[in-house]
Amino acid sequence: MWIIGPIGFTAPVFLWGLLALPVLYWILRAVPPAPIRRRFPGVALLLGLRDDEVETDRTPWWLLALRMLALAALISAFAGPVLNPSERQAGSGPLLVVMDGTWADARDWPRRIDRVAALLEEAGRDGRPVAVTLLTDLPSGEVPFQAASVWAARLGSLTPKPWQPQSAAWAQGLDGNFETFWLSDGMDRKGRAETLAAFENRGAVTVFEGSRPMLALAPPVYDAGAIALEVLRLASPAGVETDLVARGPDPAGIERDLARQSISFAPDESISLASLDLPPELRNRIARFELVGQRSAAAVSLVDDSLRRRKVALLAGRDDREGLQLLSPTHYLRQALEPVAELIDGNLQDVLLASPDVVIMADVAHLSQEDQDAVLGWLDKGGLLLRFAGPRLAASDVSRDAEDPLLPVRLREGGRSVGGAMSWGEPKTLAAFPAGSPFVGLPVPAEVTVTSQVLAQPDPDLGERSIAALADGTPLVTRKAVGQGQVVLFHVTANADWSNLPLSGLFVQMLERLAVSARVATAGAGDMAGEIWQPVAILDAFGTVQDADRIAGVPGEKLGAALALGLTGPDIPPGLYATGDRRLALNVIGPDTVLEPVIWPDRVAVEGLVVAREQGLKGLLLVLALAALMIDILAALWVSGKLRGSVAVLAVLLMVPHGADAQTPESEEFAIRATANVVLAHVITGDAQVDRVAEAGLKGLGEVLFARTTIEPAAPVGVDLETDELLFFPFLYWPMTADMPLPSSAAYRKLNDYLRSGGMILFDTRDADVAGFGAATPEGRRLQLIAAPLDIPPLEPVPEDHVLTRTFYLLQEFPGRHAGRGIWVEAAPMDAEQIEGMPFRNLNDGVTPVIIGGNDWASAWAMDDRGVPMFPVGRGFTGERQREVAFRFGVNVIMHVLTGNYKSDQVHVPALLERLGQ
Amino acid sequence: MTQAATLRAQAETLGQTLPPLLAQADHLAATVILGDHGRRRAGMGDEFWQYRPATPSDTARMIDWRRSARGDAHFVREREWQAAQSVTLWVDGARSMEFSGSRNRPPKSDRARLLSLALAVLLVRGGERVGLAGADAPPRGGRAHLLRIAAAMAEDDADYGAPDTSGMVAHGRAVFVSDFLGDPAKLETALAAASDRGVTGALVQVLDPAEEEFPFDGRTIFESMGGSLRHETLRASDLRTRYLDRLAERKALLERLARASGWHYLCHHTGQSAQSALLWMFRALEGGR
Repeated sequence: MWIIGPIGFTAPVFLWGLLALPVLYWILRAVPPAPIRRRFPGVALLLGLRDDEVETDRTPWWLLALRMLALAALISAFAGPVLNPSERQAGSGPLLVVMDGTWADARDWPRRIDRVAALLEEAGRDGRPVAVTLLTDLPSGEVPFQAASVWAARLGSLTPKPWQPQSAAWAQGLDGNFETFWLSDGMDRKGRAETLAAFENRGAVTVFEGSRPMLALAPPVYDAGAIALEVLRLASPAGVETDLVARGPDPAGIERDLARQSISFAPDESISLASLDLPPELRNRIARFELVGQRSAAAVSLVDDSLRRRKVALLAGRDDREGLQLLSPTHYLRQALEPVAELIDGNLQDVLLASPDVVIMADVAHLSQEDQDAVLGWLDKGGLLLRFAGPRLAASDVSRDAEDPLLPVRLREGGRSVGGAMSWGEPKTLAAFPAGSPFVGLPVPAEVTVTSQVLAQPDPDLGERSIAALADGTPLVTRKAVGQGQVVLFHVTANADWSNLPLSGLFVQMLERLAVSARVATAGAGDMAGEIWQPVAILDAFGTVQDADRIAGVPGEKLGAALALGLTGPDIPPGLYATGDRRLALNVIGPDTVLEPVIWPDRVAVEGLVVAREQGLKGLLLVLALAALMIDILAALWVSGKLRGSVAVLAVLLMVPHGADAQTPESEEFAIRATANVVLAHVITGDAQVDRVAEAGLKGLGEVLFARTTIEPAAPVGVDLETDELLFFPFLYWPMTADMPLPSSAAYRKLNDYLRSGGMILFDTRDADVAGFGAATPEGRRLQLIAAPLDIPPLEPVPEDHVLTRTFYLLQEFPGRHAGRGIWVEAAPMDAEQIEGMPFRNLNDGVTPVIIGGNDWASAWAMDDRGVPMFPVGRGFTGERQREVAFRFGVNVIMHVLTGNYKSDQVHVPALLERLGQ
Repeated sequence: MTQAATLRAQAETLGQTLPPLLAQADHLAATVILGDHGRRRAGMGDEFWQYRPATPSDTARMIDWRRSARGDAHFVREREWQAAQSVTLWVDGARSMEFSGSRNRPPKSDRARLLSLALAVLLVRGGERVGLAGADAPPRGGRAHLLRIAAAMAEDDADYGAPDTSGMVAHGRAVFVSDFLGDPAKLETALAAASDRGVTGALVQVLDPAEEEFPFDGRTIFESMGGSLRHETLRASDLRTRYLDRLAERKALLERLARASGWHYLCHHTGQSAQSALLWMFRALEGGR
């Protein structure tokens, strides 16, 4: 191979052929183009004429250049040109290909696999044994050196893992000599240097690194009503822009983009802050945040309870001591919950309408029967009722003899006081939480004491309902399930009157365990001790959320540790973990994660990921030669005067690409025609006769309107539902044929828009001669089919006092060519009542969007060009009278369309009454 | 010869449209419609010419008594002398007439024959005698003779035709239809011979538009239709102006020759309507008188 710059030639011998070009030049120059023979009688006059110029017997220079270019391209093509010829030096010995295989690799995983494939191919040519290893998925035992082809077949099954590699120990345990190719993800992390040293002990190390920008999303933080997110970046030039999307289920349960914000970085910044201010309804639905277009687990942040704000309703007994805030029964609850929950105040019926997650009743004893039923219904649907005792509850006889449905246990009268001035004993401390309690594992501070409480009656199921007890075994917190919800009773007050529990940190933790409040900050391992967290969804390295059915639950301590250190691993993959009602997200990027590029020591060779593939240029050059020869044909024809007529047209057609036709002027013209004046329109049905009659009918009606009213319509227009804009027309006449095609969904959308925006359609099945009430004709069935997807309100036969009967003429019948009675319009509202003394009801606002009938009005209206009716109506004078009434109906309809319910206005009643009386 | 029948039919249709045109020329109308041409002098004929006072040499039979009875003098009623004209047509049938510059234009020979035959139809309808020069068709009248003329229009193997003066009737009329691209000397001789016999008439030059425009480019070898003449050029477009000059020169020559011998000259293109040419020919034959 012979290489010039980026191009090599596999058969350079052929390039000697280029020497023939000057010879060709000389030959081509000498030969004039071949003559044409023409029969021409005028030759007698030509005899003796001589050519003025003689140099035209030479080929023009540009034609020569074209031909030589073609030949040069041909010669070079056969010399086998290759772009980016690869000159590789063979390696030897075993080769270990190591990939980090982390989430940071996922963004350009196919390229990495391509690079590994190229390395394997090379190794295969050299016959080296190869092993391919992901540092996140280490082989157990020996490094499996095998033939390159075996690994090439397995490459497709390698996937990156969403956790950090723990490779130092494994690398130090290797033995044998091999060369190492390390495809790094470019992130610095612990153990990197040790691993590199271990590899270098075994042989040469070459590092391959990509240069694509790395973006990562830190977990969202709830901050003063807004969600704050940090977007981190690594090794990217300025000007990276991306979109941050919050995704979650919509009310129908379909996952959608709930919010979107664009992110840009200042040139030198590696952190960009985003802040999303969302309404609580939306915020509580967010399931995860994503950076659009970043295919990596780092660009996804799952959302757990920390963003959820539960709606908590606070109800207290009577606030009879106004102004004493610290003594208010709900003061400490308010303090504890304000930062982490949406608080709702109000009376019970009102707050239940807001469907709170939790209702807290502090020292509320009696509930009315109505309230109790409402609360029970709400509990059945999964609510949590949290009650606190207090003097009122203790003094009442609620749940004394029989268990109150809204209390978990029966209570003894009066309660007890311990450790006070007037009582025996010491204030009681709390016992450790029993197994099965939601509070299990919480540390019990010694300083929490209880001086007064209400006492539970010793019932058989008291033991299992008790979830916290005092040191002497008296239940302090009891709980029972009601429907899908539960009732929890703290046997002490919610303020510091009876115990100092509300003043302690334990109180907040207990509320949190009861899922009343959400996690405020990252819970420590200790907080989560004793719980098993089951993964609900896990993230793979590409950032897609997957089911976690087959993954075992994780002990709380371990999860807590993983959260604290931001460490994930094969046994604790990133994802969403749940226990009870609580959810915790373990994300790839923790709140403290910092992205740092790895700095390789100078002794290590670092290469890029890009593989410059060899690319043969032979085909390209052959095409070039062919194209030049094609142009040469046309040029030669032109030079010798043979390019004329059809040949020239053909050549031009071949060379000029066809442009698309612009059709805006047409639609503009249509719009102007439709809006310059009042234009009546009919729907084009596709039946030429029906369309013709419809147009003639509207024309006739237009003439009548012009003559009798102030409406002066222009010539009617046929409207194609699929292509034309409907909104220009106040009125559409739609004659129905039995075989009218169903409009497309786009046309239906247009029709519904039209109806909603105040248009009116007069459907005419033209079958009133054969159809009566209930009798179905083909047209009627077609109308039902066509009108089914339309947004049509409930209909009723035209009532006697409908505004259509008096918009211009006073009418009671609406005949067309037929005099059927079944005319349907939008139904009057149910509450429309006739007022005594008024001739008609005060009916609905607006225009009926549809009139449906079958009287074939267009035929009755139809006029030819001389204004003569096109079709006979009825017989003799009665027929002409019927036609006149048909015209009056048309006038009334158009008046109704254009003036709405104007004539329904009661102001006109006296005048109308007077006329009706005549 | 095979298209003799269709050629005649075409000629008939073309001739049919002419009488209305002729009717506008009132001095021709009577003669064309009646047939034989009045010679505008007293002589043998059917038409009244004039009354003249009787001279002693007139016999008593010759006196028109009805006119004489109105006065004292005697009058003789004279009639106009009427005689039919003999027209000899010569249609160039040489190879050069087969040229057509475009696929949708007929060759020049078609147009030449059509014009000649249409003229013959008109003349015969007007009562003249029409003959074809060079063929066995001496001037005669009658519609059957048209068939003979149509059949006798022969093709010639020569490259360029020369006018044939044989069979020309003295003091008659002659029409030469050709492209006149051949040797003008022969035409000159023919015209001289015709003048010698007192024959006047018309030269109709039929040319193809391509011959007027010379729309050729590039390296070309021009050949005459028979192949006897040849001219090669490397850039045909350069020749255009000089060719057109020569063509104009040739037309001027024809014009001059025609005028010198009292003939009429028309240059007609196959791209134009044949009717105007026919009308011109008809008037040329009339106007010579």
